[in-house]
Amino acid sequence: MVAILELNQVYKSFGGIKANQNISLEVEQGSIVGLIGPNGSGKTTLFNSIVGTHPIDSGSIKFNDKEVSELPVPVIAKLGLLRTFQQTRVYGKLNCIDNMVVSHKPTKDGLFSVFSVMPPELTEKAEKLLEFVGLYRKRKLLAGDLSFGQQKLLEMAMALMNEPKMLLLDEPTAGINPTLINGIIDRLIRVNGEFGITLLVIEHNMRVVMGLAQRIFCLAHGEMLAEGSPENIRDDQRVIDAYLGVQ
Amino acid sequence: MNRQTILIIVLGIIGILLPFIFPAYKLQISFLWILIVLALTWDIQGGQMGYNTFGNILFFGIGMYLCASIQVGMFFPLSEWTASGGEKTFVHEPDQFFQGFFVGILAAGLVPAIIAALIGYGILGLRGHYFAICTLGLGIAAGEIAGGIELIGAGQGMTVPPWPKGIGDTELRAEFFYFLSFILMVITFLFLKWAYQTRFGLILNAIRDNEDKAEAMGIPTMRYKIIGWVITAFFVGIAGGLMGNMVGYIEPVEVAFAGATLGVFMILMTILGGKGTLWGPVIGATVFHLFKEGFWTYFLGWQYVALGLLIVVIVVFFPEGLMGWIREKYPEKFGETVDEEDQKSSVEL
Amino acid sequence: MDLLIFKAPILIVQASLDGILLGLLFALIAYGMALQWGVMNIINIAQGELVILGGYIAYTMYQLGIHPAFGIFVAPAIMYFLGWGLYKLVIYRVVDRDLFISILATFGISILTQQLMNFVFGADVVVAQSNFGTTLLFDDSVTIPNSKLFSAVISVVAAIAIILYMKKSKLGRAIRATAQNARAAKILGVDTEKVYAATFGLNAAICGIAGSLIAITFTLHPYVGLPYTIRSFMIVIIAGLGNLPGVALSGMGLGIFEEFADYILGTEFRIGAVFLLLVFILVYRRFKLSRKREYLE
Repeated sequence: MVAILELNQVYKSFGGIKANQNISLEVEQGSIVGLIGPNGSGKTTLFNSIVGTHPIDSGSIKFNDKEVSELPVPVIAKLGLLRTFQQTRVYGKLNCIDNMVVSHKPTKDGLFSVFSVMPPELTEKAEKLLEFVGLYRKRKLLAGDLSFGQQKLLEMAMALMNEPKMLLLDEPTAGINPTLINGIIDRLIRVNGEFGITLLVIEHNMRVVMGLAQRIFCLAHGEMLAEGSPENIRDDQRVIDAYLGVQ
Repeated sequence: MNRQTILIIVLGIIGILLPFIFPAYKLQISFLWILIVLALTWDIQGGQMGYNTFGNILFFGIGMYLCASIQVGMFFPLSEWTASGGEKTFVHEPDQFFQGFFVGILAAGLVPAIIAALIGYGILGLRGHYFAICTLGLGIAAGEIAGGIELIGAGQGMTVPPWPKGIGDTELRAEFFYFLSFILMVITFLFLKWAYQTRFGLILNAIRDNEDKAEAMGIPTMRYKIIGWVITAFFVGIAGGLMGNMVGYIEPVEVAFAGATLGVFMILMTILGGKGTLWGPVIGATVFHLFKEGFWTYFLGWQYVALGLLIVVIVVFFPEGLMGWIREKYPEKFGETVDEEDQKSSVEL
Repeated sequence: MDLLIFKAPILIVQASLDGILLGLLFALIAYGMALQWGVMNIINIAQGELVILGGYIAYTMYQLGIHPAFGIFVAPAIMYFLGWGLYKLVIYRVVDRDLFISILATFGISILTQQLMNFVFGADVVVAQSNFGTTLLFDDSVTIPNSKLFSAVISVVAAIAIILYMKKSKLGRAIRATAQNARAAKILGVDTEKVYAATFGLNAAICGIAGSLIAITFTLHPYVGLPYTIRSFMIVIIAGLGNLPGVALSGMGLGIFEEFADYILGTEFRIGAVFLLLVFILVYRRFKLSRKREYLE
């Protein structure tokens, strides 16, 4: 197995609160991995640590065998490791097409590409991806005018526009119309299969995560509680206890 | 040719003809071009990028002092010039004047641009009101410091070399500066019109809407912020150099680092016209200048009271500006009309 | 050279004492700014003008033959209503808006106030003589005007009085509740609109006290307000919004810095040094935070 993401004994605390303790995990290239855990168990903190939003206290984070824990956010993103946000973040005053076009990663990103003109192919690509997430008819709307769920879909499409190697999704189905959830699961599987993007998904909806992930990590109180296949996790007494609050 | 191109060409021709139609107002109209440059460049930060700066006046003042100092210093000892009241003791030959002016204007653009690049990394790392207050401090500090430096005349200020004798009259001088400021304005406008259509413009808007998201998407935001500031500094610096020559006399706090007048005007004009649009600053500056020149004299000493009131009224009641108002009334002119059905359509997967 | 070695320690003592006394006055103004910043989320650029206006009230009393020190009672009373009126006229429209709108709107108020003061009181530099005399220390080598001692003591007393008021009174508690969570306070029946108006009035009153102290210790001029705004802003960002000992300490630190800048660089660079210090502090903080990949916001 080739690990695309490798965390080794990652620690992160805020003041006295130990948000992540001794977290080690590996994500296999080309797989879909779920990250679950009760509220406040440190999942989003772990995402933030991986993409460099804040420095970690100790430990190592390797992406494609390159140590990234010291790198700033844009550099990590440029290596092909992207994340979406739990509370959506889009460019509210730009329309969806522009949101997509600006998310494209230029092949050459030197000083001279600053004033490069956006080629029309990008718009076509943006439209195709918006079609893929079901937002084609909304393409000329300002992103800020979309509903929360639609913004989540737009964020996903923006991430795809960037052609990452790996994508961290923070609760992709939260706040989305339940009738669309099956569609999203289908799209995520296609993202993984057709685009070849490794996925690490935080998800509270067990039906989604069990149907999606080949492997699941479970956090509780900032520590790694369990890992394994969906079946194992589902039957793991510790996981059930953590969710139900039984000591 | 689309309508905008035709409009620009027509306005350009009008701009060329204006000094011959209204020969008495050449200088006034030249000031308008300078104001438009200041508003257009303020909008790079304040409108397109969402970084509200009070500090662009820094580059204006530096450009002004630098240009004048080079014009003098290339041929005469600067300290004696400022100490003796300048042109009374030393006289520039026409050749000297134009050589000095050319080098001075060049430096007035390049040096502020370099300064912006050097301090940009530190200053542009601040956000929101911290950025606003920090740039405010920068502009005022520069004025205070310039007011303490003897070499450039300290608080009394210095004179700029006057138009050389023997080559035309004051009319020629006025035309010379009119066309220079007009060209500067046109270049600034066309450059920004082009730049906003490139990746640069789109990324500035992305930074304005959500800088954290832009970083998370791998955009080196700092690079774009610095480049934007360098562009601003370059054009504002040249505007300062020109303005110094047009006014003929430089004083630290009221003319060069005029944070309380020009420094606020550029913000006000942009907001009045409409932030974040290409035409907004142009319209805002024009309306503001016409209003100011037309009514200023009637206020008889109450100008600044009127200015204070104007600021309050504009920012409190009219923050979207004229362009924002037009946009709301005629969204189809901005390509923003959205098919009703598209708007209402539900997402299907 | 001998002269310098002989005089240097005295200058240091003199500058430090001046700075501390001055700094306590700065801290009082900064406390007012922190109050409205914390409660209403507004940065008031006109803070310095409110201070100077308070000073002119004391100066007017002085001209009428009343001792200007009584300004510390009269000025805050007048300024409170002025602040209230200003809130009802303009400020309430910018409270919930973008911070830059409030900065710009109060900048407009600041220009307006400067000009009005210029019309009413003239553009000359004026002083209200307190005739408090001076205290001489260390064989008469260090001079402290009693008015400065008076101003420092009053600053401290005023600050303590306001803090007690905030802790004990009903309005004070409502203000603190609004500062912590305006929405929750509103739901629990606090009239936030009234709280905001009172806060702005209270801040203006604080400026009134500070202004009358400035009238007797320093000089007044319609256009010297902005440095006081910048000083308060600086003190607040160094100390933080809710940290009172910090406000007092950084106020004194700033006072000492200014006096030394005055001695070393010369008076003409004093204000410039203050503004440069602001830039340096902000940029320093920005680099310190960026190591944690955070930023000032």
